[in-house]
Amino acid sequence: MLETRRKFIQKTIRFTACFISAAGGLFNTIIANATWPADNFNETQLNDTLQQLFGRQEFIETDQIQVKLPKIAENGAVVPIIITSSLKKIETFTILAEKNPAPLIAQFTLADETEAYVSARIKMAETSDVIVIAKAGDAYYSKRIAVKVTIGGCGGG
Amino acid sequence: MSSIKIRTKRLGDITQIRTLIAHPMETGRNKDEQGKLIPAHFIQELTVKHNDKVISSSVMGAGISKNPYFAFKFIGGKTGDKISISWQDNLGQSDSQDKILK
Repeated sequence: MLETRRKFIQKTIRFTACFISAAGGLFNTIIANATWPADNFNETQLNDTLQQLFGRQEFIETDQIQVKLPKIAENGAVVPIIITSSLKKIETFTILAEKNPAPLIAQFTLADETEAYVSARIKMAETSDVIVIAKAGDAYYSKRIAVKVTIGGCGGG
Repeated sequence: MSSIKIRTKRLGDITQIRTLIAHPMETGRNKDEQGKLIPAHFIQELTVKHNDKVISSSVMGAGISKNPYFAFKFIGGKTGDKISISWQDNLGQSDSQDKILK
């Protein structure tokens, strides 16, 4: 009885190890880019994404981040965004769209000599808030802007 | 031809970099004419360098628009300096392009 149990466990371990290494190989070929944080881009709710990105971090709502977005975006596939800030020593800007299937759009890391300025074009699935989070030192600042989307930009059509 | 176009502009002490990248940025949710899902294909990482020093590295998902446009500004930059931009996507494809400041 003991003997078979031990054998069973050994086999299970061997099988699991084999499976993990095989799956690992597969994973590497599909996601060629090992540094890309796939978990942060999960299709989930905004709060889960924020938790995944920043843990239990509190955000300071501020007007020191200026976000230029159209109030009404006629085409959700191309929504221009310009972020500037008077905050000092910003390390990252994170852009999220609350109601997109995957709320995280992009995270920009800025060097010391890089100005607190990023411009991009984003997709929005539907009318929702866009949230920009700036990390400066140990503090996290946030700014929310509501954007009304006339035609969603995440496909399905 | 490179997929990356770079425009630079000197604004006093600051250099502005604007880039336009030819890329489908497919989310994996769109369907083709036959109603089949088009597989996800999007840029995951973008790196901007000034004379081989990274001034911005970004990670992104398919929430960035098709044929992405980005702009950055940095302090410094003089004639002859090199700006390099490179990207890598979820299928392991990549591209890079250099631009010498005028």
